[in-house]
Amino acid sequence: MSTNRPITHIRSRTAVLAHENIDTDRIIPARFLTTTQRDGLGRYAFNDWRYAADGSPDPAFELNKMAARGCEILVAGRNFGCGSSREHAPWALLDFGLRAVLSSEIADIFRNNALKNGLLAVVLSESEHRYLLAHPGIELAIDVAAQTIELPDGGRFSFQLDAFAKHCLLAGVDQLGFLLAHNDAIEQFERLRGEAA
Amino acid sequence: MAARTLFDKLWDAHLVKAPTAATPGILYVDLHLIHEVTSPQAFAELRTRGLSVRCPERTLATLDHSTPTAPFDDLGQPVYASEDAAAQVGELEKNCAQFGIRLNGWSSEHRGIVHVIGPELGATQPGMTIVCGDSHTSTHGAFGALAFGIGTTEVGHVLATQCLLQQKPKTLAIEVDGTLPAGCSAKDLVLHIIGQIGVNGGTGHVIEYRGRAIRALSMEQRMTVCNMAIEAGARAGLIAPDEITYDYLRGRPYAPQGEDWGKAVAYWNTLASDADARYDRTVHIDATRVRPTVTYGTHPGMVVALEANVPLPATLQERRALDYMRVEAGKPLAGMAVDVVFVGSCTNSRISDLREAADVLRGRMLASRVRMLVVPGSLAIKREAEREGLDQIFRAAGAEWREPGCSMCIAMNGDLAQPGQLVVSTSNRNFEGRQGPGARTVLASPAVAAASAVAGCIADPQSLLQEQAA
Repeated sequence: MSTNRPITHIRSRTAVLAHENIDTDRIIPARFLTTTQRDGLGRYAFNDWRYAADGSPDPAFELNKMAARGCEILVAGRNFGCGSSREHAPWALLDFGLRAVLSSEIADIFRNNALKNGLLAVVLSESEHRYLLAHPGIELAIDVAAQTIELPDGGRFSFQLDAFAKHCLLAGVDQLGFLLAHNDAIEQFERLRGEAA
Repeated sequence: MAARTLFDKLWDAHLVKAPTAATPGILYVDLHLIHEVTSPQAFAELRTRGLSVRCPERTLATLDHSTPTAPFDDLGQPVYASEDAAAQVGELEKNCAQFGIRLNGWSSEHRGIVHVIGPELGATQPGMTIVCGDSHTSTHGAFGALAFGIGTTEVGHVLATQCLLQQKPKTLAIEVDGTLPAGCSAKDLVLHIIGQIGVNGGTGHVIEYRGRAIRALSMEQRMTVCNMAIEAGARAGLIAPDEITYDYLRGRPYAPQGEDWGKAVAYWNTLASDADARYDRTVHIDATRVRPTVTYGTHPGMVVALEANVPLPATLQERRALDYMRVEAGKPLAGMAVDVVFVGSCTNSRISDLREAADVLRGRMLASRVRMLVVPGSLAIKREAEREGLDQIFRAAGAEWREPGCSMCIAMNGDLAQPGQLVVSTSNRNFEGRQGPGARTVLASPAVAAASAVAGCIADPQSLLQEQAA
């Protein structure tokens, strides 16, 4: 929650998890939430897909394949991050090494949590999303300031990003500072409400 | 002034600062609920920054997620599933003591699931903004409060400033026309709704449930419906307050008393959406078409009426879900063998839910291979159920009568199903592995859950209830 590293550009090959509705229990199962820390959760990311029952890595899981090593951009099926509000989900993905998640739809609470932690969560159009799902491993260059994603063939997708979230990503500032700076307005709100009651 | 929806009124009344093109709105939070799992890192941040809790009196804490529901040990102490779970609870106890926050801890008669005790204490009231680091905070919307789940960073924001940064969501009216058929519960209705609009049908929206069938629901049923708004992806679920709301709240410990009560009701009566208010979207649901409904797949939108056949998979994902669940398309789910039955969770652990399950179980035994856990939502509910003798019905049937908590809904306290086991559960999520790695979950109403426990397979309670009446 402290000040984040500024995020201006992300250049990486993509890893693809095409499953729709990947919920936050899938991203990090609840039994790993008894921690009081936010660090070190990457080892549990996608735990029940990553590991077989005996604890060995499942070679069939996309993110265990050689091609996915070092990928910082995840392209995921529609409605990524649905379910529980656990912020452990973006913490686990960041600690796992991801810096951006792209999908045609991202659940509200997850997207909010991700952006607050410097994990870029981007919603693309259906056709752009279909293209990326069909081309795993291609190298993308994301420019946060320009709100664009450059493809290897020179093609370019642009994406929406709320102005304030963008400012916070680019400057690496967190949002609590902004809220604290509005203390006078908060006090005034409390005073007016107290008088009205 | 232009006509406004219930949501608009709640939003406007809590705006410290309106959103601009460059900045989100600042929204004031009336009630902040916290529990042991999503708060420790927020308190750590306060310490790192040397901040205090701005309004400790607006925060209410409880223990529910990682707490054991098994009977206490011989010394009267809870037996945790792990040292980490015990440490997490200890951390919340320490944080509440240090920052002056009321904790409904082990020694409190008010301990229970966060979304059960808020309403039960009357802390949840119409017109409020209510947040919690828990997605099922949508439950409190049943009272006409704007209530939604937040992440841990935001828990820190609320602790430090009593405010949140928010973009204004869109509104979705779900008009539930007609009346629910006899034998159908609020759980059947909400599963039916999610099946109609999809698990992402509410994304970016606040749902307002409206219409005759909604007005006819009790507060407890309304909570079940709003609880699962998040399972349709919505930010929150809302129901306008009315006499049913006021009857529920009157006299509860935190509810306004004396003269304040009349003033509060006068304000609450202004909250309902104006007659000509506009919503971004409207969906109509015909209540008369609802039937006892369960899930057959691995998300809460994959639902089927007990009397109907499981639909053929339309996508690879759906085929995968059927494989995981070991469910055959084109056949009814009824008759599928059951290993575990769980009655509990913030969706269905209130006294009316326990009565509904007990009505089916009265004088009957669980099928021999079935394990059944009955986990009341709060200590107050546990006490009430024991006064009514419901615990005796459960115990006599062979079910486990346990301490309050989230239990097998989230399966992080040691209450979990084994790989491959089929659980009929009154909770809210049937995700792969939610109730234990490899566990298969079928979401259902308390009556369907209890009937399935007796039959040893997924079963409609109607025949059992008719037998009793005869």
